[in-house]
Amino acid sequence: MKKQATYELNSGVYIKGTGTSVGPLEKAGPLGEYFDRNHEDNYCGEKNWETAEQRLLEDAITISIAKSGLHDEDIDLVLAGDLINQNVISNYVMRDHDIPFLGMYGACSTSMQTLLTAALLISNGQFKHVISAASSHNSTAERQFRYPTEYGGPKPETMTYTVTGAGSAVVTNVKSDIKLTSVTIGRVIDSKQNNPNDMGSAMAPAASDTIIRHLKDLDIKPNYYDMIVTGDLSKVGTKILLEIMKEEGIDIENIHDDCGKLIYTEDQPVFAGGSGCACCAVVTFGYIKNLLDTNKIKRVLVVATGALLNPVMMLQNETIPCIAHAVAFEKVNENN
Amino acid sequence: MNKDYSKIINKNAVKPKYFKNSFLAFIVGGSVGVFGQALIDLYVNVFEVDKVNANSLMLVTLILIAALTTGLGIYDYFGQFGGAGAFVPITGFSNSMTSAALEGKSEGITLGIGASMFKLAGSVIVFGVVSAYILGLIRYIFFMS
Repeated sequence: MKKQATYELNSGVYIKGTGTSVGPLEKAGPLGEYFDRNHEDNYCGEKNWETAEQRLLEDAITISIAKSGLHDEDIDLVLAGDLINQNVISNYVMRDHDIPFLGMYGACSTSMQTLLTAALLISNGQFKHVISAASSHNSTAERQFRYPTEYGGPKPETMTYTVTGAGSAVVTNVKSDIKLTSVTIGRVIDSKQNNPNDMGSAMAPAASDTIIRHLKDLDIKPNYYDMIVTGDLSKVGTKILLEIMKEEGIDIENIHDDCGKLIYTEDQPVFAGGSGCACCAVVTFGYIKNLLDTNKIKRVLVVATGALLNPVMMLQNETIPCIAHAVAFEKVNENN
Repeated sequence: MNKDYSKIINKNAVKPKYFKNSFLAFIVGGSVGVFGQALIDLYVNVFEVDKVNANSLMLVTLILIAALTTGLGIYDYFGQFGGAGAFVPITGFSNSMTSAALEGKSEGITLGIGASMFKLAGSVIVFGVVSAYILGLIRYIFFMS
């Protein structure tokens, strides 16, 4: 609790264009209209799941660059990550771009991990336009972390459904109307959970840790924000987060929401809700950005949560270490 | 160094619906059994196959149906609904092999499909053989003399 982990971005860091691309189930969900591009099926016109996910990430990055009115050569750096071994989705997508690139891995927290790194680099003054992007695909993640997609083993209610999609944002020091005001870097929190089919329970303590430190470091109350959004705690993890926060004397129930709950409806076959790098990425860069653009909210704290496991560690009876990274967004008047 | 969150997490733990799951498994698994028996009767009475061969034909038919429905993307819904009832019969075994084979398709025939097929079913074979060996040994020592 002592160590400061929140950095205020006083020099002016802004979000310019964002890009999102999703699969059919996400398009059919309640936020469908907020996504820039969608694909008819999970293959996204490609020959296998891995190339499909590359298509989604390529979509998101190119859309975000185009919407910013920029070209590849204007971008100083791309920070991107995904869930697949060795970050191959991001690595392979960046073959086709002549832009310096750093792959990052933070499991489902990758969206805010890359965003906060981009923000800090911009505020440092050496970079002008940095892209932050993340992707996930239900079938690539299922096959790597769980079972073959057509395997008939029953899934428990606590399980989350990996979002098929990708989100990208151009972070810049050029003034625009969405400002990034501060970031909080997460700590690895292991709450001694060992059920990989219930990542919400495992990640909730990491989310509360980051939110509490963010509020304490900046000495602000939760209602400073119109909204505090977590990445993919789902139905199960949300309840635990709210209870931990209450025990700490901080009530965020009225302003809290979870991307994993927002992206799908109750009747979609997603068990406890959405998860994956794309979950927080597409909700933040699609829906939340729209809420800011349309002045429905002014300040929002996005806290992306990640379960830092892999199947081998789970078979070795290890517990699940988790992390949560936070970025604060603020709508500002362009003329200021 | 981490705080203990286990109390709150355990309090909010979602319990599996044991009764509903068991009931569905009983109905679905039982139905697969009834269907298998109907197939045996069909082969014996209509196609005039002898009983031993009818049994094998029934198993092969169930394996084929499960493999086809897996390929058509239907079996996983059946598995989600029927739970152990869809998993325990030979249909579950067939599904585990077909789904793994489908998944391996993009990596080629030998190292993709060939190497992946027994990824899930392999342990069933291993422990099937091991337990058959142990039981056979017990039978040999105690009941054969």
